[in-house]
Amino acid sequence: MAASYFDVDGTLVRTNLVHPTLFYLLNQATPARTLARLGGALLRAPRLALAELRDRRAFNEELYMLFRGMSEDRLHALADEAVDKVLRPAIYPGARDLIRRCKDLGHEVVICSGALDFLMVPLARELGADQVIANRLEFHDRVASGRMIPPVVAGPTKALLIREHARRGGHDLDASFAYSDSYSDVPMLSVVGHPSAVNPDAALERLAHAHRWPVVHLDRTP
Amino acid sequence: MTHPCVVTLDRKSAPRVLFAGNRLIEVDLPAGTRVIYPKPPLEGLRDPDAAIRYAINHPYNREPLYALLRPGMKVVIAMDDISLPLPPMKRPDVRERVLTIVLQLLADHGVDDFEMIIATSVHRKMTGPEVRHIVGDRIFDAYWPKRLYNHDAEDRDNMAFVGETDLGERVVLNKKAVEADLVIYVNLNLVPMDGGHKSVAVGLCGYESLKAHHNPKVMRKCHSYMDPKTSELNTVVERMGKVTNKVLKVFTIETTVNNRMFDRALGFLHKNEDDWTGNERLAFKGVQFALDRTPAEARQKIFEKVPSPFELTGVFAGETEAAHAHTLKRCFEQYCVPVEGQADILVCGIPYVSPYNINAFLNPLLVQVMAQGYLFNMYRNQPLVKKGGTMIITHPCTDRFDHAQHAPYVEFVHRLLPETRDAMQLHKRFEAEFAQHPAYLQMYRRGNAYHPVHAFFMWYWGEAGRQHVGRVIVVGADNGYIPQVLGYETARSMHEALEMAKDGAPSSPQITCMHLPPIVMADMVMPRSHGAAT
Repeated sequence: MAASYFDVDGTLVRTNLVHPTLFYLLNQATPARTLARLGGALLRAPRLALAELRDRRAFNEELYMLFRGMSEDRLHALADEAVDKVLRPAIYPGARDLIRRCKDLGHEVVICSGALDFLMVPLARELGADQVIANRLEFHDRVASGRMIPPVVAGPTKALLIREHARRGGHDLDASFAYSDSYSDVPMLSVVGHPSAVNPDAALERLAHAHRWPVVHLDRTP
Repeated sequence: MTHPCVVTLDRKSAPRVLFAGNRLIEVDLPAGTRVIYPKPPLEGLRDPDAAIRYAINHPYNREPLYALLRPGMKVVIAMDDISLPLPPMKRPDVRERVLTIVLQLLADHGVDDFEMIIATSVHRKMTGPEVRHIVGDRIFDAYWPKRLYNHDAEDRDNMAFVGETDLGERVVLNKKAVEADLVIYVNLNLVPMDGGHKSVAVGLCGYESLKAHHNPKVMRKCHSYMDPKTSELNTVVERMGKVTNKVLKVFTIETTVNNRMFDRALGFLHKNEDDWTGNERLAFKGVQFALDRTPAEARQKIFEKVPSPFELTGVFAGETEAAHAHTLKRCFEQYCVPVEGQADILVCGIPYVSPYNINAFLNPLLVQVMAQGYLFNMYRNQPLVKKGGTMIITHPCTDRFDHAQHAPYVEFVHRLLPETRDAMQLHKRFEAEFAQHPAYLQMYRRGNAYHPVHAFFMWYWGEAGRQHVGRVIVVGADNGYIPQVLGYETARSMHEALEMAKDGAPSSPQITCMHLPPIVMADMVMPRSHGAAT
């Protein structure tokens, strides 16, 4: 049996990791806390920019430090609202149709994202995906430390996690599909027999043309 | 029996000029070679708009269009896509003329609930500028994309079951057309396989209906595609079309154009090279010089930028079959040249354009479509080449594909054909997989790519030719791999190709060159002394 592996940000939704993070920062228990969190984020902005230039994993690590000190209950309580207000309106017009067609083929549909699990689980439900591979925050006494529990889902690690998932689920990777928008996901795209570039960045589009991979634009209406 | 369009070469004959993709090459063909030229263009109608008005007011086997209209009714106007004519014609396109008149008529009769659908079937969706080209600025600006749009054969919510033929062929069509009170089809009939029931029953259908006739079994029974009476493809489409017309009220407006593909600057391509004037020879040399020194991509762009000065030669409206009978007659009148006796060796130049690569490169799969599909099938009665004969084609066969339009073709050519060229095997083992390929389907739905099954249909399109022709030899291929994958042999020159073809042919083989484009069809008459060699 085959599976279909999907990156999320930029692939199925037009938002990126920053948008739901901002939602959390803006929705603190009191205005004072919100201001404090936003101030902290502004101070961290240069480091985030540098991390983004370095690699996707470093960026994720820097970004999720903004969750430090938030309670697990609050993060989960706000997750459905974050999906409702931030992610659902940003789902690309073609995303549901693409996933439905993967399911028609009998594929197990797996979200494989650097975003946080408590956001990806409700989004997967919304999109009709079966499973989620996503980053998990570390909590001490039910309070986020800002660090991620390894393995960090990003870049080449996505490829490793997909291999593991396929082995566990008995999926034939040669018959499986993967979809992403970003050049940083080339490892993930390369482990399956049917890679596709979706709304690709310039570097991935060049690579897709060179390898003659399908290039899909889910942001367009038919 | 000799026709002025059939020329027999002698030792003094000038070299013949053939297309080799987007270049023009001169080839020396042996004395005795028969060259078949297209007929001169039929005279265009002096007042096309008046002819259109007359046709829709005096339809065949149907009330005039105005009598079918009433306020409040739902109308769908469907039209042929950019695969017709070839190359695209100068503006105003025939469709613009017809639509302008039909829309005015609808307005005059209080019909304001109408939509216009480009009947692409599983062809690629046309881009905005392409739609503008065929419908004109005024209609495009007023209706695109809300009330003028491409058919989407994969929009499951917008396809509706119409009925089933006695043989179980399911007719599933665009729901808007099925639910309309009246469907007006605006056709541009370039060749005899176009139009008729194919317009609605194919143009507005999806894979479920297409697979009833676009399969190797049906294709093998076509003799030829261009002769509807002997085309199994046409037989099945007609069956499905009759089911369609029982449920849908269809008013067909068919149009024919002449074969004036090239304007005055390239007018020499219509003529026997021995009859060229000094200026025409100079013009050819100039064009050839320029093309030879232009990069391949730019050459393609040059040809794409030059629309054809086709002229309207007929408008036939009314009930589908009644109108189409007149259309076919006009088509045959333009294209059919009587030819006596089949050839042992058939020489054809493969041009830069096919119905499936408007604004794109003619990729290897389409080279095959042109050779064993279209050009082989340009006959009535019997094929131009004998069973087991040789076809020599001129084309570089470059391993190049337009990624946006032909992505599924790449996988078909590079993954499937090396496994098997057997159309039945391809059909059984791989077609269903491609038909459901999620990424290719999104490229078709949201981009401008052909539906993934179209690659298979293109291979089946060459099936009748593959079954009949013994060998295909390519002259001028820039690589050995693509010809090998397609099952072709290669030769460095026409001379070498002819020598190869003579091996296994009778001692004095009959060599025929089909000099096209413009389009020409052979009306094959078998010599009395011969049996009917099929």
